Amino acid sequence: MTLVKHELKQGRTAFLIWTASIAFLMLTCIFLFPEMKGEMEEVGDMFSSMGSFTVAFGMDKINFGTLLGFYAVECGNILGLGGAFFAALCGIAVLSKEEKEHTAEFLLTHPVSRARIITEKLISVLLQIVLLNAIVFGLSVASIAAIGETVPWKELWMMHLAYFFLQVELAGICFGISAFLRRGSIGIGLGIATMMYFLNIIANITESAEFLKYITPFGYTEGADIVLNGELDTGLVVLGLAFGVIGIVAAYCRYCKKDIQ
Amino acid sequence: MEAIKTTKLTKYYGKARGIIDLDLAVEEGEFFGFIGPNGAGKSTTIRTLLGLLNPSSGSAEVLGKSIIGSRTEVLKDVGYLPSEAVFYQGMRVKEVLKLSADLRKTDCKKEREKLCERLQLDTNKRVEELSFGNRKKVGIVCALQHQPRLLILDEPTSGLDPLMQREFFEILQERNQSGTTVFLSSHILSEIQRNCTRAAIIREGRLIACDSVEALAKTNTKRVTVHGVVDLKALSDIRDLQTAEGSSSFLYSGEMKELLSVLAALDIRDLTIAEPDLEEIFMHYYTDGGDLA
Repeated sequence: MTLVKHELKQGRTAFLIWTASIAFLMLTCIFLFPEMKGEMEEVGDMFSSMGSFTVAFGMDKINFGTLLGFYAVECGNILGLGGAFFAALCGIAVLSKEEKEHTAEFLLTHPVSRARIITEKLISVLLQIVLLNAIVFGLSVASIAAIGETVPWKELWMMHLAYFFLQVELAGICFGISAFLRRGSIGIGLGIATMMYFLNIIANITESAEFLKYITPFGYTEGADIVLNGELDTGLVVLGLAFGVIGIVAAYCRYCKKDIQ
Repeated sequence: MEAIKTTKLTKYYGKARGIIDLDLAVEEGEFFGFIGPNGAGKSTTIRTLLGLLNPSSGSAEVLGKSIIGSRTEVLKDVGYLPSEAVFYQGMRVKEVLKLSADLRKTDCKKEREKLCERLQLDTNKRVEELSFGNRKKVGIVCALQHQPRLLILDEPTSGLDPLMQREFFEILQERNQSGTTVFLSSHILSEIQRNCTRAAIIREGRLIACDSVEALAKTNTKRVTVHGVVDLKALSDIRDLQTAEGSSSFLYSGEMKELLSVLAALDIRDLTIAEPDLEEIFMHYYTDGGDLA
């Protein structure tokens, strides 16, 4: 597990910055809630009558005036987008950076099989995602309790689980792409995450584009749907994770045979 | 046993030539030189031997094992010094050296300390602060600290000051005497001549000569310098003719008798006939024209 340790060390700063940023924004939102709650009657009406904007963020389905509704939309967007960016960046860079930064020659002339390198790098990415989500989840629960609201354990857990799956899927897809790249990867990672996010918004707005939910992982992280249905859409989650697995398999197939230049 | 053996080893990058039909054999325990101009295929050969590149055709065995099938096992006994050693940003030298040892699952602290001391390497510095030469030293320690059976060195002395170069070659000689095979790729001929017993020359992806360094340097070509009025039109086998103020210098590889009979008819004040420089001989290998007559 030398490489896992090494990767975690290398990614430490980025990890801390992303985790701190996401957590900070989420806590800020949660702590703003009590203040907004009083005015929520009006705000809630306003938010639910903004036409397609309301639909785009799923605010037509849940009450923005309750903690759960508020959390599903606000915090969902922060963790959804922030987590997606982090996972995509982690996945897209982890293999390609060795060639981009010319360290591949160092790493791959050590007696470590390519498959082992891929596995340890994958573990390091997944570990970082698990850790980020655990920290954010813990802090969220603590701050909900701190503002005197009851913690909606089941819904909260399901929402966070959905975001975790989303990050794993994106990381898996980007990991696969990473094996094919030699340089310039960050743009692709951010691009994929952003594209997926907007695909979901399009799917929300236009009924004829609803099939996009099958493509974007944001389809199964919709807080409103999770709260309403009381469960995750297993079909979408499984399909999404399958995309991630395909990415990972592609990474093994490609990287084990790749010419390193 | 051969430390390195390639059979018809060929590597194309798409359509671009890397190496073609390379047959190379290096015995265990040899100090072997690998010479060639830039872009001849030296690094391609080395990278294929290390399993970084997949050969287009042909095969390569290192320490008796196929590099394609047993890459990981082969690399355990190999130390590699790349021509441009690059390490992970933000790491200290000692962390890089430790990482290298950990990846090899060996504890070579003692050897590491010894090498760092001999090469005067400050292990507390961060790698991005290091000069080219000092980065090279980190690479050297990484290649040597686990005491491999085979050392593959790609232009190892670039960036090292003369004192360090001497120390480095002393270390290599010691290792070689205790049985380590050294495969030294370089275009500094004096380096090869001083240290290697045998050498191979590669040009445009093909091996054009492989022999003992002595034999490679020994030819029947002479460097002839004459002072006086000279008309050399009658001589056929001359090359590299340089004329300056009444003197002419050229490489001659024809019959000695013919040379003397032509020169005898001329008004010559002075004459020297000498062995050509090693550089001149290799220069001939490098440029078009093939082998020496």
